[in-house]
Amino acid sequence: MTTPEQLAHGKSGFSRRAFLKGSGAAAAATAMAGGPGLAAEEESSVISGMTTITLDVNGKQHKVEVEPRTTLLEALRYGLNLTGAKPISVDGSSGGSTVIMDGKPVSSNSVLAMECVGKPIQTVESLTGDSGVPHAFVDQDASQCGFCTPGFVMAVTAFLKKHPNATEEQIRDGLNGNLCRCGTYANIIPAVLDVVKGGGNG
Amino acid sequence: MKAFEYAAPRSESEVLELLSGEAGHTEVLAGGTDLVGLMKKMIVTPDRVVSLSRVASLKKIEADSTAVRVGAMVSLDELAENPVSEFYPAIRQAIDEIASLQLRSQGTLGGELCQRPRCWYFRDGHGLLAARGKDVVEGDSRFHAIFGNAGPAKFVCPSRLAPALVALDARLRILGPHSNDETLMPLEAFYRTPKSEREREFLLDPNQFVAQVILPHPEGRLSASYEVRHGAGPEYPLVSAASSILVERGRVVEARVVLGQVAPTPWISREAIDAIVGRPVTPETAEAAGEAAASVATPLRDNEYKVRLAKVAVKRSLLKAAGLETGGF
Amino acid sequence: MVEYVWPDKKDASVLGGSFDKIDGPAKCTGTAKYSYDINPEGVLIARAYGCPQAHCKLKSLDLELAEGVPGVVAVRKMKELGDEIHWQGDLVAVVVGETEGAVAEGLAAIVADYEPLDVYVDDEDLQAAEAAGRTADSGGRVQLANEPEGDDEGFEDKELERLFKEAAAVVEGYYGIAAITHMCLETHGSTCEFKDGKLLAHLSTQNVSGTPGQFASPLKLTADDVTVHCDYIGGGFGSKFAVDRWDSLAAQLSKDLGRPVKLMLDRDLELKNGGSRPSGFADVKIGADANGVITVWDSHHWSAGGYGGGVLNQSVMPYVIVPPNYRRRVTNVKINAAPVRAWRAPNHPQGCALSQTAIDDIAAKMGLDSYDVFERNLVNVADEDRRGVYAEEMKIAAKLMDWKAKWHPHGKGDKNGSIVSGLGMALHTWGGGAHPSSCMVKIHPDGGVEAFLGSQDLGTGTRTVIAVVLAETFGLPVEAIKVNIGNSKYPMSGPSGGSTTVGGVSESSRRTGLDAREQLFEKVASKLGVPAESLEAKDGRIFSSEDSDKSLSWKDACSLLGMSPLEVSGRGYSRGSKLSSNGVGGVQMAEVEVDRETGVVKMKKFVAVQDMGLVVNRKTASSQIYGAMIMGIAYALFEERLMDKNSGAFLNAEIADYRLPRLGDIGELVVEIYEPESERARGVIGLGEPPVISPGAAISNAVANALGIRVPVLPLTPKRVLDSLKLQARSA
Repeated sequence: MTTPEQLAHGKSGFSRRAFLKGSGAAAAATAMAGGPGLAAEEESSVISGMTTITLDVNGKQHKVEVEPRTTLLEALRYGLNLTGAKPISVDGSSGGSTVIMDGKPVSSNSVLAMECVGKPIQTVESLTGDSGVPHAFVDQDASQCGFCTPGFVMAVTAFLKKHPNATEEQIRDGLNGNLCRCGTYANIIPAVLDVVKGGGNG
Repeated sequence: MKAFEYAAPRSESEVLELLSGEAGHTEVLAGGTDLVGLMKKMIVTPDRVVSLSRVASLKKIEADSTAVRVGAMVSLDELAENPVSEFYPAIRQAIDEIASLQLRSQGTLGGELCQRPRCWYFRDGHGLLAARGKDVVEGDSRFHAIFGNAGPAKFVCPSRLAPALVALDARLRILGPHSNDETLMPLEAFYRTPKSEREREFLLDPNQFVAQVILPHPEGRLSASYEVRHGAGPEYPLVSAASSILVERGRVVEARVVLGQVAPTPWISREAIDAIVGRPVTPETAEAAGEAAASVATPLRDNEYKVRLAKVAVKRSLLKAAGLETGGF
Repeated sequence: MVEYVWPDKKDASVLGGSFDKIDGPAKCTGTAKYSYDINPEGVLIARAYGCPQAHCKLKSLDLELAEGVPGVVAVRKMKELGDEIHWQGDLVAVVVGETEGAVAEGLAAIVADYEPLDVYVDDEDLQAAEAAGRTADSGGRVQLANEPEGDDEGFEDKELERLFKEAAAVVEGYYGIAAITHMCLETHGSTCEFKDGKLLAHLSTQNVSGTPGQFASPLKLTADDVTVHCDYIGGGFGSKFAVDRWDSLAAQLSKDLGRPVKLMLDRDLELKNGGSRPSGFADVKIGADANGVITVWDSHHWSAGGYGGGVLNQSVMPYVIVPPNYRRRVTNVKINAAPVRAWRAPNHPQGCALSQTAIDDIAAKMGLDSYDVFERNLVNVADEDRRGVYAEEMKIAAKLMDWKAKWHPHGKGDKNGSIVSGLGMALHTWGGGAHPSSCMVKIHPDGGVEAFLGSQDLGTGTRTVIAVVLAETFGLPVEAIKVNIGNSKYPMSGPSGGSTTVGGVSESSRRTGLDAREQLFEKVASKLGVPAESLEAKDGRIFSSEDSDKSLSWKDACSLLGMSPLEVSGRGYSRGSKLSSNGVGGVQMAEVEVDRETGVVKMKKFVAVQDMGLVVNRKTASSQIYGAMIMGIAYALFEERLMDKNSGAFLNAEIADYRLPRLGDIGELVVEIYEPESERARGVIGLGEPPVISPGAAISNAVANALGIRVPVLPLTPKRVLDSLKLQARSA
């Protein structure tokens, strides 16, 4: 059994080197992710009632009036009139309100707007229809009523960022957080594969 | 949602200062995947929400030769993707089964363990015990407990990671009520079966919070999770099981077999453990362990099928841990 | 005189091609605005309060606390004291406020008290329903090939008994299909703007042209003062034809408060109020001859349509395959649930699931290949003309499935660990004739073309269909046609239900387009000095078929219109039309895998062969079939409304609890459109509904083939599969 001292000197503690290396690196990275980007104005004071916050949406800073209970989805839809993300479920179980925050897919209806200050937020409105994921969706007719589609497009965008060479099997395993009632899944699978083949990750 | 105050402290001690000792007054916010929905449905109505999102110390994964310490605010994806999770296949597999990429990137380890039960009577505002169990017993119990359900609590512990973590002997580092208070507690002791509506389903005072999950070095133990899922979506499994085994000279010398979604707490099956220890893992011994686990079940009117699923889940988690084919999906 | 026909296949330039949906980019980039998304300046948010009890009388209702919540602007009751409430979630009051948060807090502050009444919700248990006094005879029918000789009183029973005795095989089975909801992802509701005595209602509706009057009368307006607008609708499936009482209230609130009001149902109230499909449970006895051809049928089915709703219609029992002798009987089970609404192909999916399962059980009992039994039973298809179509479709489907190679007798397949696989099939029919539709086509002197129809696009591609039809008519590319729908001020078009839209708008836009083209041809003819009858429009030019040198570009031709655009209005379908028809069929084959230990069923492969007359846009037509198959997988394997037998509560009224298939659940789907010249010649026929009919029976039959036993009730959840296996083990 290695000791903490040996570990500190780079000797393998657990049975594999990856354990030590990975954990250390990831620890630093995750600590950083939460650290910077917080607006200096935000002290850890207790906030109540209407407050103006600044949200970084699609590369622009927007001032929005919110209450502590305002969700990011409400702030986007009512504050910024960005209605691409949809209210479908009371929680995140439909994926319909998916946006990308800090590079990661989140259900904006289960995130408080206050939590998003200082974090870059990308909504479906930042995408154009003539390239990437939306284009592939149009080409494969991967929308019907279209109400779930923006959430799906954002989930696929985030998914492909992580898995740019996704296989069909990975796609079938990896995109189950979004719900479609009209049944566009059979069109979405080839649309995602098209983006992979096209080399673009949306 | 009821109007509430919001605070996002920067340090663990600030968190404690902001938490109230009075039940229901404050809620700790992690990823929000459960709490925000509960607040929308007015099932949880805090006066103040204390967010952990800016406490940097809670986002670390640290390892030394004896253990890995995972901060409560580490997201499920970060944990699954961290190389340390290779040592704990049961955890990685349990996270993989949470089919929603949004839930995995937004959900945190601490939040996953502290999420509230999915019992539809609880979620419809009837309380955790729902008329001291009467709602469930006389109503629809198809997803409710088949073990540990003799008292008024009929719900099942919703956590999908808890069975794996209990199987791996995880401990929690709990902070509070005061800034220097720290409790180390085995995860299995954290969950309890409440006897009255005043009790929560875990041992956490209102002014305490989970700061870290401590995973002991596996020391060669093999582990696996198996979930019986109805569909590929993020819905909760019908039954799950996690097994951790230490095999020496072809025989299991030590085992932990823990079922999920079957009792108000993660359910450690002594019967399954006794059945497998001393034997090699084979389809036959795994089946016998499953049968042993199921033999003490006390199903309700609508959930006898879960007893059969419990048997299968135990069997398959053992086979999977041992690197054998499960023979099913 | 213009002849209203379609071009032959060889002459068609865009008709029947494969085109992207015109509105695809708007939907895929989030710019498409649904009723839920329209936020006029100063919009107030309204949410409804649903009754927590399933059957009660409203004893007291105190709205004062709610009115006092900061941010709440108004609270209105929707029920009077003493009113009887018949299902959980029926709307009792509405709170209007500045933010979602304030409104939610207002809803929580409503204090109501109820006098409980007897609750009954168990639609499957017929005996319990009878004991509770919740059943009513809903009729039936007997048809026998033989006539009684003279006044033979017990003839019916005796004849049936004789026929069953004569039958080579008899199966007695129990089958069922649970109630499901529509689960529109955009909940029901509207954003209403009342201003200067007029109402602009952004209503999520399948019926743009038909709803202004429904808004008008409670507001003491006439329909001309109301505009209903719906560019996009987030799902309807038959549940969004009317102005609902909450929509009327939103309009009234906008009038009273002088501000726009958005009232969309919350998810749980959507599931409780926004529409459901009746359940169906049946005892079926059938007899067949030595070849497996059904000779006699006797069924009793019961069904719940909610409070005041209709039951599963007797006309679908038996379904498509109708033997010469049958008796059917229906019982209505009255439960405390909201009244049902039309659900994609009303009655047919249940009829198919309850009867073609029984036919498959004959195959199982006789040890025959299900394909052969279905094929031999085509003699029992009432419409003789359709028998050959089904036979052809079956052949194509079997080839795509590789049926013969994969087939094994019921329960006799290979086991892979605990996994068994199986095949099943079913067939279906639907009408799909055109609804009434009008169209206005505007051709601008600069060559621009616009169409106006008070229709709506449910996501099926209605806009694109109109564009394809007019592009074909004018010899232009599809993108040259600007289609305007979704506004009640446009020419009347029927509601989108019954798969009537594609026929309806194809009729009206083709006819109006041809009329407009004729007027344009007149001008071109005199300019070119050729007879108008000789002119054709193709590839952006108008030319004479007699002398192709005599031609004008589309743009030059339009410049002959002078200063004003050419506006032509026209109507759609009329009797004897060659443009559209009615009556389609389809065959579906499913291959599943079942884990015998967990009861989990997985779709492996699913084949659909579907006819629909003439195909307008192949791409969106295929998508409709894919979507229907997936909706079929949903009700076959996942979704059902779960109600608490004790309290009548709708237990799974949130998406987290209401199981639906996800992308990983669909397996391999194969779609084949059957469009030989004989079908194409029939003209356009609707297709939205038919392919959603067969999946229940096809998948249930595949599971039965895999397991060797019937799991009687859909959806085939792990619980139901395991409970059936246990029953079998016990009886073995």
